[in-house]
Amino acid sequence: MSGYSITEPTLAQKWIAGVLVVGYALLTILPLIWIIATGFKSPSDAIAYPPKVVFEPTLEGYVNLFTTRTRMSPEALEEIGPPETWYDRIVRQYDMVISGPSRYGERFLNSVVIGFGSTFLSVFLGTLAAYAFSRFKVPLKDDLMFFILSTRMMPPIAVAIPIFLMFRQLGLSDTHLGMILLYTAVNLSLSVWLLKGFIDEIPVEYEEAALIDGYTRFQAFYKVVLPQATTGIASTAIFCLIFAWNEYAFAVLLTSGTAQTAPPFIPTIIGVGKDWPAVAAGATLFLVPVMVFTILLRKHLLRGITFGAVRK
Amino acid sequence: MAEIVIRNLRKEFGSFVAVQDSTFTVGDGEFFMLLGPSGCGKTTTLRMIAGLELPTSGQILLDGKDVAQSRASARDIAFVFQMFALYPHLNVRRNISYPLVSQGMGRADVRRRVAEVAKILKIEDILDRSVGGLSSGDRQRVALGRAIVREPKAFLMDEPLGALDAEFREHMAEELRALHDRMGATTVYVTHDQLEAMQMGDKIVVMNHGVVEQWGTPQEIYDRPATMFVAGFIGSPPMNFVHFDATLEPGADSVRLSGHKVPIPRIAEGVSGRKLVLGVRPEHVALSDDGAYRGRVVATEYLGTTQIITVETANGTIKARVPSSQAARVGETMALSFNTATLSLFDAGSGHALAVDRAARRAEREQNAHG
Repeated sequence: MSGYSITEPTLAQKWIAGVLVVGYALLTILPLIWIIATGFKSPSDAIAYPPKVVFEPTLEGYVNLFTTRTRMSPEALEEIGPPETWYDRIVRQYDMVISGPSRYGERFLNSVVIGFGSTFLSVFLGTLAAYAFSRFKVPLKDDLMFFILSTRMMPPIAVAIPIFLMFRQLGLSDTHLGMILLYTAVNLSLSVWLLKGFIDEIPVEYEEAALIDGYTRFQAFYKVVLPQATTGIASTAIFCLIFAWNEYAFAVLLTSGTAQTAPPFIPTIIGVGKDWPAVAAGATLFLVPVMVFTILLRKHLLRGITFGAVRK
Repeated sequence: MAEIVIRNLRKEFGSFVAVQDSTFTVGDGEFFMLLGPSGCGKTTTLRMIAGLELPTSGQILLDGKDVAQSRASARDIAFVFQMFALYPHLNVRRNISYPLVSQGMGRADVRRRVAEVAKILKIEDILDRSVGGLSSGDRQRVALGRAIVREPKAFLMDEPLGALDAEFREHMAEELRALHDRMGATTVYVTHDQLEAMQMGDKIVVMNHGVVEQWGTPQEIYDRPATMFVAGFIGSPPMNFVHFDATLEPGADSVRLSGHKVPIPRIAEGVSGRKLVLGVRPEHVALSDDGAYRGRVVATEYLGTTQIITVETANGTIKARVPSSQAARVGETMALSFNTATLSLFDAGSGHALAVDRAARRAEREQNAHG
């Protein structure tokens, strides 16, 4: 059943392990806390030295993130009258008024469409390809698998120029479809390899039993293999989404207007007046979808990472 | 239920020939054993009957219809896998009803059929359990349930008892045979265990290296092995092989072993100047104090009612199964004699048995029985 060590750890060992774990957790969570906290600071608190740990929270960063503002002369301000809403009031401290929404919402939506779209495609195509590689006699199977993996061996930036030129020729530059296809292409190698591992682990007898029970090959795949591959599919989806969600280099090069995702947009916020809290707020909100997705699939992810390590 | 006729069946995997040219018939309602060592092609043969592999050439007649190239789902047969292959994401009831649902049977009928099968297999109490937590015996029963619920033309079983522990295996073998007798279902059963094959089968096919070595009832295969491979594979300890050179006329009824005359069943064909092998089962060797053909006892194994005595002779080692009461000490010299009617004679080159004059053998048998 298992191959665990049988000796019970001593109290000292438990303490050392505990301290290590807590230390590592703090180390990884500190930048996260820093970003989240900065999002609620005022611009002056954000750049204060020594850094302020205790500060008066404000939603200024979030207001600045979502709006564009114009500075106005005192006379003009008087003409407009007193601020009406809480966000008007925040902006008015700096003699400014809100002139419209920022593009953050749009960029965020682009990220959602491109991230989830490419994740769905990578996992969908990856599952079919992995199943074929796992079950059928494919000529040159090993070479093809290696070729697929090799696309992942070079830094993506190395092919940025060719892709840029290709996209321009095909009219895919700065389009959602272009980015979805690009991220799918990059993620497919990972998804085929991961999923092939998972599908290899599913005994072929299940499908054979289904074939004899009167199902077609595709029904056997759909009704017998897929339910058992959910763990693999879920963890593959998480890895694909995290890549597509965080990708920066391609997004900077290939998008500007319509299809720009959030990662290249967030740093541009800083351009207007060293607005660190707005950047931090943008980053904080940007974390949320991946966190929710990961938490939803957490159970599968854990089994996915350790798969193969523990035999049933 | 159906008769399965296999004709000149051949399967190649690339340049490897898994099954060369198999021909045999599984009678309607027979419990048929495919027996052989691992890699002999028995499982490939079974998978071809099931439709999980397509034969390179040859025919598989199921109820007179050639199904060799048709899909598994079109053949109406059930398969029991060695590792049971129960769908892990479904509970027992849904596992058993799966093949019925795939045929589009109504829910009420499915429920009724599953209940019937559960009753036959005595698994009514576990129908709503998940298959993950079941004992291997219960898994085995569920796998059988999934097979019999369809009332297929034939059952194919690939070492279904292989995953069970020895103690339970015996019990399950009996249960399986009883189930077969009650349902009268044509069953093809693959095993590498010769005892299992002898114990359960109506007919046995012995395969080796993709070739059908012999096809017959357990008695035929045990008493009159067609080849040296079959003779050596069946029986424990295996048949003794005594090597010698001889020229024999057709109708010869004795051979000479190191100068001693040993009577044999009358042979139908003659051989000249060939290497031959005399096959004798350990239980057909008698040991005594007086006799011309002698050997030295080198080992004894006590087995309860019988003992195995290993004797070193001029023609090699011979094992004898004799009653435990017979005294035999290591180092002693004893005389050996063989039960003539049971002897087999093989051509050492081809491994095939020499044809025996059947009428003469029968007469000799009767004489033995009365004497």
